[in-house]
Amino acid sequence: MKAIELKKITKKFGNTYANNKIDFSVQQGEIHCLLGENGAGKSTLVKIIFGLYQKDSGEIKINDQIVKLKGPADAIARKVGMIHQHFMLVDSLTITENIIAGAEPSSKGFINYREAERKVRDLSEQYNLQVKVDSLVGEISVGEQQRVEILKALYRNAEILILDEPTAVLTPQETKELFNVLEQLKKSGKTIIFITHKLKETMQVADRVSVLRDGKKVGTVETSQTNPAELARMMVGREVLLKVNRTQNNPGEKVLEISNLNYKNKKSGLSLEDINFSIQAGEILGIAGVEGNGQLELEEVIAGLRSFQQGNIELNSKIINNFSVKERRKNGLAHIPSDRLKRGLIQNFNLANNLVLGSEWDSPYAYYSILNYNEINKFKDEIVKEFDLRYTKNNSIAGELSGGNQQKLIIGRELSRETNFILAAQPTRGVDVGAIEYIHKLLIEMRNNGKAILLISAELDELRSLSDHLLVIYEGKIVARGSTDKFTEEELGLLMAGHYQQGGENV
Amino acid sequence: MSEIIEVIFSINTFTAAIRMATPIAMAAIGGVFSERSGIINIGLEGMILTGAFAAVVGSFFTGSPWLGLLAAILAGSLLGLLFAFFTIKFKADHVVAGVGLNILALGITTWLMQVVWGQKGASPEVNGLPEITLPILNKIPILGDLLAFHSPIVYIMFVTVFLSWLLLFKTSLGLRIRMTGEHPEAADTLGINVYFMQYFSVTLSGALAGMGGAYLSLGQLSWFSSNMSAGRGYMALAANIFGQWNPIGAFAASFLFSFSDAVQMRLQGINLNLASELIQMIPYLLTVIVLAGAVVKSKPPAALGEHYEVGK
Repeated sequence: MKAIELKKITKKFGNTYANNKIDFSVQQGEIHCLLGENGAGKSTLVKIIFGLYQKDSGEIKINDQIVKLKGPADAIARKVGMIHQHFMLVDSLTITENIIAGAEPSSKGFINYREAERKVRDLSEQYNLQVKVDSLVGEISVGEQQRVEILKALYRNAEILILDEPTAVLTPQETKELFNVLEQLKKSGKTIIFITHKLKETMQVADRVSVLRDGKKVGTVETSQTNPAELARMMVGREVLLKVNRTQNNPGEKVLEISNLNYKNKKSGLSLEDINFSIQAGEILGIAGVEGNGQLELEEVIAGLRSFQQGNIELNSKIINNFSVKERRKNGLAHIPSDRLKRGLIQNFNLANNLVLGSEWDSPYAYYSILNYNEINKFKDEIVKEFDLRYTKNNSIAGELSGGNQQKLIIGRELSRETNFILAAQPTRGVDVGAIEYIHKLLIEMRNNGKAILLISAELDELRSLSDHLLVIYEGKIVARGSTDKFTEEELGLLMAGHYQQGGENV
Repeated sequence: MSEIIEVIFSINTFTAAIRMATPIAMAAIGGVFSERSGIINIGLEGMILTGAFAAVVGSFFTGSPWLGLLAAILAGSLLGLLFAFFTIKFKADHVVAGVGLNILALGITTWLMQVVWGQKGASPEVNGLPEITLPILNKIPILGDLLAFHSPIVYIMFVTVFLSWLLLFKTSLGLRIRMTGEHPEAADTLGINVYFMQYFSVTLSGALAGMGGAYLSLGQLSWFSSNMSAGRGYMALAANIFGQWNPIGAFAASFLFSFSDAVQMRLQGINLNLASELIQMIPYLLTVIVLAGAVVKSKPPAALGEHYEVGK
């Protein structure tokens, strides 16, 4: 029996088709992956199934019945549950309150909290989803928050579970646990739709895969009869090089050296403690770690956006501790910030203005502080050509570009300057497979040309394929270091989760 | 000096503070509901004023102050509904719409006063609400003096504090309202009707503020005068924040403001060799200081002031 069947679903936002005549069906009791790049229309499609968006045209069948979904309440009534990419949880409410809201056990309007907690506890035992029922959601880990989200759906007797990019925020271990839970749910007869853009996960967890591209469905295949390369081709529409070709490097002199760096983030309480490392010309050093373990602090301390308490940062044989951002950039720093919308570009500026940021006082772009738009636009055209920037209209503003093209814009600006140290933080976050391939190739090329690169990333695969050396950071401390081939993925996952003893050369 | 302390800690001052706190507390609890559902309610001021006016009109035409009170509740609700309509349906900026509402209320009441009574400054006297003496409680010394001889709206206010707290923190509806103000999308995905929660809360907010207004015109006095709310709506909004978006806290904060106001009024009665304007500043100064201190710690509903669109 088909749990879900969609026929010719179309949804437009403005003038662009988010979904264009999509046919999609899911068998009861299977794990079905919905694979596609960012912006391919995956989220839109499942939001339509969950009643959050209204389709423009097409037909939705749930359990072989044509349905009209006016809102999530209608979907929930048909036993569809959704676990959102950005958790739909209220930090200031307890786990129980978050789970029961909208379907509270109550008498005469008053909530029966004892009954509620009992129900939640029973469910959590039944499906092996450990949670502390009376904790505030704001105080629990991301992994536990996700369990709460799953319990929310199960509490409403969901038979069809939709998970939107569930692994994006998880450590490798948590991902593994999640996959175990999914298997268990499948065994108990639930149907699961799993959205992702990660090929590896798809191969691991799915029975069948449907691939979306540019709002259209490319096809549906059995996982057992396909391979990552084929899926990537379906996703991108052309051959994609999944493996980066990293040749033996040939390191030169020391470019960046960080010694005994100590920094305390007074707002979050997180401290960087005794950070020591150096990067040579022609080397990529990767920083692995679960997000929020000091990567952002490290990035911004090196970039000059935060001042630190103790230690030395030496760039090109100069101590740059007290250098302003501008002086650092003059001294060889190129910075690809982790938060491109906040730090990397100005969304309301057009491409040319974004590209000249940081050089707006310098010749040839400015003449006695009057901007020379002939030169700036010439520069823009060069960058657009060299970095294959795609945009729709001539005077596009940065905010209108896709994530991948925004990233290319920043990378183009930063790498076109005369620098020999690249601070690349989350360079491929939220960009599509094609752009990832390009950025990876570019970083390797830069390394081969003798630049020193510090790569901060949340993607283990990216770190493992690009880096010559790896540092693992946990709660602001470097807990392991060594050349990349010394670590297995398993070991890295454990180290990132704070298990020091195993693996690598511990410090 | 002892004179001052006597003035401050007399039963009279406390009783006056309870009376004066009543309209502010009613409106503040209204503010709690509105803001817990995510809608900033600057319009409380206008809702109080409209309530005060409607109460007098009701009493004037029917002769019954109770029907006047009902008219105040209805008028407040209606204004609340209008405000909800602007902020939810048309996604007007909450603060701008609220300020607009206040100006509208001021203009309409002043104009209607001329239409109905042909008078500019104040309405003729109407039947006010009688004081009610609470049996049993009136026999208890001090407590009886403080609580047993008040206008019915004062008693309604105390009941409202308790019922509102129950509603917000113990019932399904309350949980849904709170969830809406914290994370409307989360509420939406749970099948909770976000718009209903907001319309309900803002309309209720208007009803409560309207009742607060009725107390001004039919409880304390028995006529309406132009702009008689005199900033109490803003005090109420502050009390709601200082009270951490909790009905009990909102009452406590309203009482604190009113107490300082009562002290101020009594201090003017004794000769202090101090300009009376300076003394009159006390309650407002206190409001500013308390708020500056409270805002640092206070955590408003996470989605307060945002617009949420259901079903794009």
